[in-house]
Amino acid sequence: MSNELIDFVIVSIALLAIGIYGLSVKRNFIRMLFAVEIVINAANLNLVAFARFLPHSGGQTFALFSIAIAAAEVAVGLALIIVAYRMYKNIDVADFRSLKG
Amino acid sequence: MVDTLFLGVAVLTIVSAIAALEMRSLVYSGIALMGMLGGIAGFFLLLDSPFVALFQIAVYVGSIAVLILFTIMLVKSELIFHKKEDTKRRYAGIGLMLIVMIAMASVIFNSGLSSITTDEPPVDYKEIGKDFLTYYWPALIAMALVLSGSVIGAMTLARRHDGVENEQRTD
Repeated sequence: MSNELIDFVIVSIALLAIGIYGLSVKRNFIRMLFAVEIVINAANLNLVAFARFLPHSGGQTFALFSIAIAAAEVAVGLALIIVAYRMYKNIDVADFRSLKG
Repeated sequence: MVDTLFLGVAVLTIVSAIAALEMRSLVYSGIALMGMLGGIAGFFLLLDSPFVALFQIAVYVGSIAVLILFTIMLVKSELIFHKKEDTKRRYAGIGLMLIVMIAMASVIFNSGLSSITTDEPPVDYKEIGKDFLTYYWPALIAMALVLSGSVIGAMTLARRHDGVENEQRTD
C-alpha cells in the first residue's frame, strides 16, 4: 500500500478542525448539523485507517456502529429543526430563546 | 509517498467540507455535504474496506443527505440563504480552527505514527460479521434499540399536534 497512516490522519485532523470552525461560527441550525456530520466522518476515517494499518477488524466494526448511530442522530436533529422552525419560524439558534437555561 | 488518487480524494473531501459550511444557499451546501460524504467513502475504498465504503454510501449519501435536502426544502426560502455572521466571531473561529489543526498536527508528527506503513493483507470482511455476531452482539442489540427509539422519537417530535391540524381544517 503506497499511502502511509499519517496521510489519512492528517486529512482527518483537517476535517475535525473544519467541523470545529463550523460549530463555533455558524448560527444556522442546519449548518451546525453539517459541522457535526463532518466531525463524525473525521472520526470514522481515523477508525478505518487504524484498522487497516494494525490490521484489525475492530476499527471497521466500530465505524459501522458509528455510522448507524449518526443516522439516528441526524433523524432526531432534523425533527428538532422542524419543531423549532414551527415554533419560532426561524432556524437561527440565537432566536431559540426558551432553550436558554 | 502519496499517490494522485489519494490527493484527488483528499482535495474533493476538504473542499466540499468547506463548501458545505460556506456556500450561500443551504441547498448547494447540502449537495457539497454529499460530495464530502462520497469522498470519505472513497477513502474507505483506498483503505481496502469496501464493506464500510458501501455502508457509508448507502446510509450517508443515500439516506441522510436526501433527508437533509428534504428538510431544507421544508424551510422558508429566505431562511436558507446565508446570513452574514459577525466578523469577529468568524475570525475567532478561523483562529480556533488553525490552533486545533497546528496543535494536533505537531503532536501527530512528533509521535511514532509518521513511520507506520503496512504490507499485510487487508482485513477480510467476514471478520466484521463474526465480530458483530459474537463479541459485539449486546452492542448490536443496543444499537437496534437506539435506532428504533430514535426513529419513533423523531416521528413523535415532528408530528403536528391535533389542535393545530383542526385549526387548519376549519380555516
